[in-house]
Amino acid sequence: MPALKADIITQLKKDILALQGFRPLVDAQQKIDLGTINHSFPNLQFPLGVNHEFICNSNESLTASSGFIAGILSSLLQKAGAVVWISSSQIIFPPALVSFGIDPAQLIFIHLKKDILWTIEEALKCQGLVAVVGEVASLDLAISRRLQLAAEQSRVTGFLLRNNPRHLFTTAFTCRWQIQPLQSETTDGLPGIGFPRWQVELLKVRNGKPGAWQLEWVNGRFLPVAATSSLHHDEHKQAV
Amino acid sequence: MKRFATIWFPYLKTDWFSIRQPDLRDDAFVLVTPDHGRMLITAANEKAIEQSIYAGMVAADAKAIRPSLTVIDDPPGLAQRLLKRIAGWCIRFSPCVTVDGDEGLILDATGCTHLWGGDADYANDITARFRKYGYTVRVAIADTIGAAWALSRYGKDECIIEPGQQSAALLCLPGAALRLDNDTVERLNKLGLRQVKDFIGIPKSALRRRFGRSEVRSRKSDFRPQTSDLRLQTSHVGIITRINQALGLEEEFIQPVHPPAPYQERLPCLEPIVTATGIEIALQRLLDALSKRLKQEGKGIRKAVLKCYRVDGKIEAIEIGTIRASHHAEHLFRLFELKISSVEPGLGIELFILEATKVEDHLSSQETIWKSSGGLQDERISELLDRLSTRIGVDSIRRYLPAEHYWPERSVKAALSLDEEATTTWKVERPRPLQLLSRPEPIEVMAPVPDYPPMNFRYKGKLHTIIKADGPERIEQEWWMEQGQHRDYYYAEDEEGCRYWLFRLGHYADASYKWFVHGYFI
Repeated sequence: MPALKADIITQLKKDILALQGFRPLVDAQQKIDLGTINHSFPNLQFPLGVNHEFICNSNESLTASSGFIAGILSSLLQKAGAVVWISSSQIIFPPALVSFGIDPAQLIFIHLKKDILWTIEEALKCQGLVAVVGEVASLDLAISRRLQLAAEQSRVTGFLLRNNPRHLFTTAFTCRWQIQPLQSETTDGLPGIGFPRWQVELLKVRNGKPGAWQLEWVNGRFLPVAATSSLHHDEHKQAV
Repeated sequence: MKRFATIWFPYLKTDWFSIRQPDLRDDAFVLVTPDHGRMLITAANEKAIEQSIYAGMVAADAKAIRPSLTVIDDPPGLAQRLLKRIAGWCIRFSPCVTVDGDEGLILDATGCTHLWGGDADYANDITARFRKYGYTVRVAIADTIGAAWALSRYGKDECIIEPGQQSAALLCLPGAALRLDNDTVERLNKLGLRQVKDFIGIPKSALRRRFGRSEVRSRKSDFRPQTSDLRLQTSHVGIITRINQALGLEEEFIQPVHPPAPYQERLPCLEPIVTATGIEIALQRLLDALSKRLKQEGKGIRKAVLKCYRVDGKIEAIEIGTIRASHHAEHLFRLFELKISSVEPGLGIELFILEATKVEDHLSSQETIWKSSGGLQDERISELLDRLSTRIGVDSIRRYLPAEHYWPERSVKAALSLDEEATTTWKVERPRPLQLLSRPEPIEVMAPVPDYPPMNFRYKGKLHTIIKADGPERIEQEWWMEQGQHRDYYYAEDEEGCRYWLFRLGHYADASYKWFVHGYFI
């Protein structure tokens, strides 16, 4: 009975996760489909109600990470909701969010030079929000634990953009990502620029398996690069 | 029925100098101001008056009477400044206080005196408190401002007129006690009508015939200069009006220095409060009372001030504002809590006043069983923003709506409120960068052919070779706003896969064109 065995094993895995303090999501509708990346997460679900940090070493990777976050927010904001976007150096151009299916009017932008961590913590404590995006440079374990506790308490998802971090200390956040832009490819070598493409690295994930993928943002969802090239191929065949 | 208290400061300015320089107290001194080339005395202290040195004399004459007289310059506008400050302090006696001329205050004591145990205790407390500070005052309480004024200035010992007794109390006072102008008083004296009882019985028509026009000042009087302001105020009021006002036949209104807010709570303290915990407890009580009242009336606070009256007469105030009207005591408390540390209690705070300076109708939302996120209408979000704006300032919090402009910087505008709706749609036909530079930054570019994307560009010292590009997209200046050159935008990708938004300002044919980078694509 191999099928039965597999069931038992998945059940046991879930039990272990529960014992390790992993809380599954209550709202099953808030699922985020990241395709193959989902296999790296505990329970095969993108962890919500926790903090994700994104390591950005340049303005380009900061923008790429913001794009990746915007892609996740687009599925989080399907139902009504609000997001607070806290930044210190970055200026988000709201019309670009429309291409992610986000109504920029649902976002509240806070532009600050100081008191950033306090603002992020206060925002993470607010249960009326869906997610909080914050740009921080320096962090240590104690601060990250505070933010993580705030997010776990209120079930608000936090996305922290680490812009040019001087030191990468251990943090209490659930996931650590690094996203770099990749050269795009157009169908059949047509001129112009194709869909935005990224090298997405999951450097650290609690209760999961880290990994690296190449993703494209195609028509409102993330697709792995291999799949997209075959998609282009299919489209091409249909066209022929 | 109304009750008024008037406070007269016979030596207001000299008392103030004595408080600041205690060694002046034991000796005669006067305040002087230059007038027509001589020094005129504007105020004299009690010791000087004992030696027949009065305000209105020339300083040289006074020096002749007493050569050792100390003469001090009179700062202009001192009396009004002092009285205004004292009026603010007097809010502990009555919420409605006004400055009366240059020497007195009027308090609307209606419904206040019983808190002190009666009129006499009320008046005694005022006198005692001022004496403690070093001010000499005379307080009188009556049904009308006129009667109280007369008694405080010209009364003998008694300072309280029982309700309805004002006509009897006024009879033995001189005519000037009715706040008449000097011409009228002079004319009354000439006619032998020295006391109020002499003319109060004269029929009104006869009085009007003789004194009715007296307000047209025929003679330019050069009487005491410090009372000129007072006279200017009162000179246009006729004798009949003054009599009626004193007797209560005609109502008189006062304009309070600090108009009492309609939504206000006060908490006097037996012992002065000096700790932050004490302030928090006081604030909690005030907020509970105020928000309960607001809730009943369906209102909410938009702006509120907590005023802490210190023992030494200073007032500490902290102010909060909310984005939406709120009567949620806990939330309002947390807003104030962020600012409590800025209150300096000094020697202690004896009175707390919480005022809702801006109140709006509160749109009560229906209670839901499952508190799911309801977008920006959620009360918790506006409470969060209130908290944030209290600390970081409301200017750093923005929400964006589309604006009908082509120029990228102008295509978004900041929304004024959380409820503001977009009047137009977002323009998304062409790709837009996710991150826009606040100012376009100049780059060095090599471009092969006109209207072709550049081959490479140098930005911040790094050379980027462009592999792929889209464009150009021409965006013109809006001629009705600004005259300037157009921009040709290119969406370019370099060899590392980084995507930029570049533009050329001006025509390729002109030698003056420039290249800029304006944003980063995802």
